[in-house]
Amino acid sequence: MSELLSVHKLATCFHSRRGIIRAVDEVSFSIAAGETLALVGESGSGKSVTAASILRLISAPGRIEGGEILFQGQDLLKLGTAAIRQIRGNRIAMIFQEPLSAFNPVQSIGTQIVEAIRLHRKVSRKQAFEQAVTLLERMGIPSPAQRVHEFPHRLSGGMRQRAMIAMALSCEPDLLIADEPTTALDVTTQAQILELLKELQAANGMGMLLITHDLGMVAETAHRAAVMYAGRVVEEGSIDRLFTAARHPYTAGLLASVNIEALAPGTKLPEIPGSAPSLLNPVQGCAFAERCNARHALCDKQTPPLATDTEPESFPGSRHRVACFLPARPDAIPLPVESEAA
Amino acid sequence: MNAIIENHLTTNVGAIHQNATQNVPPLLELKRLSKIFTTDAGQVHALSSVDLVLQRGETLGLVGESGCGKSTLARLIMALYPPSAGEILFDGKNIAQSDKAERLARHARLQMVFQDPFSSLNPRQSIGRTLEEPLIVHRRGDKVARKARVSWLLERVGLHLESAWRYPHEFSGGQRQRIGIARALALRPDLIVCDEAVSALDVSIRAQILNLLLDLRAAYGVAYLFISHDLAVVRHMSDRIAVMYLGKVVEQAPSENIWRAPLHPYTQALMSAIPSPHRKSILGNKKRIILQGDLPSPLNPPSGCRFQTRCPYAEARCRAEEPLLQAADKGHTVACHFAIG
Repeated sequence: MSELLSVHKLATCFHSRRGIIRAVDEVSFSIAAGETLALVGESGSGKSVTAASILRLISAPGRIEGGEILFQGQDLLKLGTAAIRQIRGNRIAMIFQEPLSAFNPVQSIGTQIVEAIRLHRKVSRKQAFEQAVTLLERMGIPSPAQRVHEFPHRLSGGMRQRAMIAMALSCEPDLLIADEPTTALDVTTQAQILELLKELQAANGMGMLLITHDLGMVAETAHRAAVMYAGRVVEEGSIDRLFTAARHPYTAGLLASVNIEALAPGTKLPEIPGSAPSLLNPVQGCAFAERCNARHALCDKQTPPLATDTEPESFPGSRHRVACFLPARPDAIPLPVESEAA
Repeated sequence: MNAIIENHLTTNVGAIHQNATQNVPPLLELKRLSKIFTTDAGQVHALSSVDLVLQRGETLGLVGESGCGKSTLARLIMALYPPSAGEILFDGKNIAQSDKAERLARHARLQMVFQDPFSSLNPRQSIGRTLEEPLIVHRRGDKVARKARVSWLLERVGLHLESAWRYPHEFSGGQRQRIGIARALALRPDLIVCDEAVSALDVSIRAQILNLLLDLRAAYGVAYLFISHDLAVVRHMSDRIAVMYLGKVVEQAPSENIWRAPLHPYTQALMSAIPSPHRKSILGNKKRIILQGDLPSPLNPPSGCRFQTRCPYAEARCRAEEPLLQAADKGHTVACHFAIG
């Protein structure tokens, strides 16, 4: 598989009155065509800023200050405004967490999809409209010929998200960025939307960057995942390996705290003490050190680099990277995992 | 003062067992409770004829998706608005018929923790003042005793004592939720209604807050009505679980029964929709059910069984006849024509 998107040492900062916030710092990852990479992390870890940086949607006081974003070999950070607009919504599309605020409330969804199509394709209004109806139908919206005239507020949350996916896919993008696509939805609706995204990916082979805080969703939807903490990627690898042999203490802690089903009811849950550090005054050394139970002297002095991890040997061919001086033993989490996306 | 609190609360732990023999009324009992909201678009049947019982020191979990009536139920119990029909009995007394003194006394015993730790704290009040206010309203102790109680509360929920002088915006989401829990705990309640108390929190923080709630239950025997859309969390916290769909309880059972052998098709769908890295350990070899369609409008609920529009097993009978809650097993009731037998 060739690399569709390759992000290298991306740095995005926000210049606030109280100081510089390094929201994304030295973030590197890549996505191949047909592959789903999940960007996992808690609020404030820099997931959404990374996505916005890829589409060059960072505006003042934010600024992309370094790195490169290669999309099909082309550095998006070097493109002019007109050129990036040719890519945005066309070859890279994005769906958002809250579809109600992503749609224009005073235009019908049909009008908005037609606008998206005609911005990038030379087709007549009528043809674009027919395409919109076909797209809505493919997304599983019942009676699309009527629904296409509805205003966003008239649709349920699940339908609205389907309409948004229809709009995102209207120009057949090579890369879809899904920023918490199901967080605002109920669990049963969430299952429908994830199923739909997987089907669409299987059909058109697009790459997908899935941004989420839900590790369960990651296990079921993604092929690989990158875990972010305080603006940095701390661990990256295939789902099978990450969920069975996590090596960064933060990943291991996260997995343990969502693993609520495996515990006897009413027993204490494993917790990560403390809370995420402020990005305003970054600490020296590893950002996780304060909450880490394996902390030692070096962790307070240097930031551990994201390095390729050689062991364990039991996952041949899978590239695994971890940013820790003292990674946990890979057999620390013995629970089985089955990835449906594989 | 702390000794008194310990005393008062530890008596509750044994109380569950006493009730069975002494025929004491349950702590909370809902009888055919309904709530209808009249809007411009018509009548919204938010809650239809719900029966629930909560014993002293027990945790009852309430699961369902948005629009199923969970929060309406919580607000009715807190007497934020009156029911359209039915009764709420707290300690055997109908809350609709209580006079002012009884109401005040009940409010001290019945507290709530809210979902959003950002909007449920007064931004212009220091944390100390927020925690002291219930003690002032209910005339508990003098100034010195109240200050001592505030310090004790802060310590109990794992916050620094100097937090008392700080304001809500200075705290993170998880810390604010601790403050909300401390406020609910201030008057030593018998029941705390937790409405999606951990939904807004990050996973690593969620575990901390759940552990705190578990600690408080073990120490003081407080009962929880634990409302959440997350079945895995509810199962971890609760003794019994009631599953709601479109204003009705569709299944109710001890939580392990719901978890191991859900009978209602909706409960089964809810179980299989939980995204999890350990799906096989939950579902075994059962097939994953993905529901079709959306929740019907509560303005115009479907005829017969309310779940029939999305149920994979629906038949003609489901459209014509509404299933009643029937006993399937000891303490396990389910409202489905085909779940039993």
